[in-house]
Amino acid sequence: MMNDTFDLRLAESHIEVHKFRTGAIFAATVLALMLQAFVPVYFQKFAVLDLPLLVTIYFGLSRRNPSTGLLLGMVIGILQDSLSGPTVPLGLYGIAKTIVGYLASSIGARLDTEHPAARFALTIFFFVLHQGSITLTRRLLLAEPEAWFTMHLGIAASVNAAVAVFLFMMLDRLRRN
Amino acid sequence: MAGIPSRHRSVVLLAGVIVLQVVLLAVQIKRDSQGRLLRVWTVGAVSPFQRAGARGIGNIRGTWSHYFALQNTSRENEELKRENDALKLQVNQLHSKAAESDRLAALLNFRQSQREVPMVAARVIGTSADTASQTIYLDHGERDGIRRNMGVITPDGVVGKVIESYRDTAQVLLLTDKDSGVGAMLADSRIQSPVGGTGEPLLAMKYIPTDDTVNVGEHVVTSGMDRIFPRDLPVGTVTEIKTGRPFQQVRVRPAANLARLEEVIVLLTLRPLETKKEPVAKAADAEEKQVSGPAAAAEKP
Repeated sequence: MMNDTFDLRLAESHIEVHKFRTGAIFAATVLALMLQAFVPVYFQKFAVLDLPLLVTIYFGLSRRNPSTGLLLGMVIGILQDSLSGPTVPLGLYGIAKTIVGYLASSIGARLDTEHPAARFALTIFFFVLHQGSITLTRRLLLAEPEAWFTMHLGIAASVNAAVAVFLFMMLDRLRRN
Repeated sequence: MAGIPSRHRSVVLLAGVIVLQVVLLAVQIKRDSQGRLLRVWTVGAVSPFQRAGARGIGNIRGTWSHYFALQNTSRENEELKRENDALKLQVNQLHSKAAESDRLAALLNFRQSQREVPMVAARVIGTSADTASQTIYLDHGERDGIRRNMGVITPDGVVGKVIESYRDTAQVLLLTDKDSGVGAMLADSRIQSPVGGTGEPLLAMKYIPTDDTVNVGEHVVTSGMDRIFPRDLPVGTVTEIKTGRPFQQVRVRPAANLARLEEVIVLLTLRPLETKKEPVAKAADAEEKQVSGPAAAAEKP
């Protein structure tokens, strides 16, 4: 049962917990981090995307195990921190993605998140939550003045959500039948 | 975890993981450390792929443009078109190589004109994994003599400084990052003021008193006071001035195109640099002379 797709009944809803092909989560995570650190050199507007965040959200929503989700979020976040500049201490993205990973897994266990519209809305929600966590951490722990919201963030949230719809469809193919 | 009800375990784990990371943050701030070990591992794991990607990107670009060139090939002229496309590809490749040669020639000329300053040319292979910090990765590191706090430039102007050096890779903080800064002065009046990043494409010249005259279009060059860059390297051009008390708000457009960096030069010295006015600075001067008055200067982009 551990290696197969199985069903979970929660609050009278019928929710599937998805398993992925061996190494799929690892490969998707590494690829997302590498693309995030490489593509903007040649295509600067690519930096508006947060691929590690989208991967965290996707596997959180699909795996639907809060413990796994938050640990995956933490690992992705800290790796992203370590590939970033000195203005990003280790833990800044780690905390934000831990929270996102936990909530995505918890929400995924209660709602059907397979519909593109649901994925679009949830990605916007998680993007805003992620940025809110980073801003809060910067303000409270690092004493850095950081704007809560800018127009750029609003646009970035929409772009990430639109990309997430297609990216999630591609990642669906990594699931085990 | 054994005594905790299973439905609360994930909440306890969440709290534990967040507290752990808050402590990690606090330790880094307290000790002013950057978690170097983990960064070395991560960068070491990622940089070979970035290096390979940077090498292959030129070929991918050529193939990609060739693919589009072939999309509308007419059947009747297939043979002729094929030959034509092959020639187009060759021309594209030659153009690409010519552009690269121009850039490398500019680097070489600059290097020859600044013989007294040890330097090494490096290729940009990666960028920061987040949008908050503006950094790039180079394909040269400690093995090539690159150390922290070394200056990074292009023949066009100042780029930033090395903030971390790994075995085969170095991380550079761009001038546009809000933590970045360079000792600078106005080329005409020689008024000195540091220029810093704002996190946006334009830089800020921070401490120009309201009484001093600054003109839009005026060139900003390095002052040498930061002991990283030699004097008179181009930093940028004044594009916007707002009055303020006690200092004017002066915005500067970087001389180097920081949005599209492919090759850079690292100044391989940590000692204070003092160089003569050589071609780069002279070029800036010649340009200044052409733009003699404030009105003419204002017309410059």
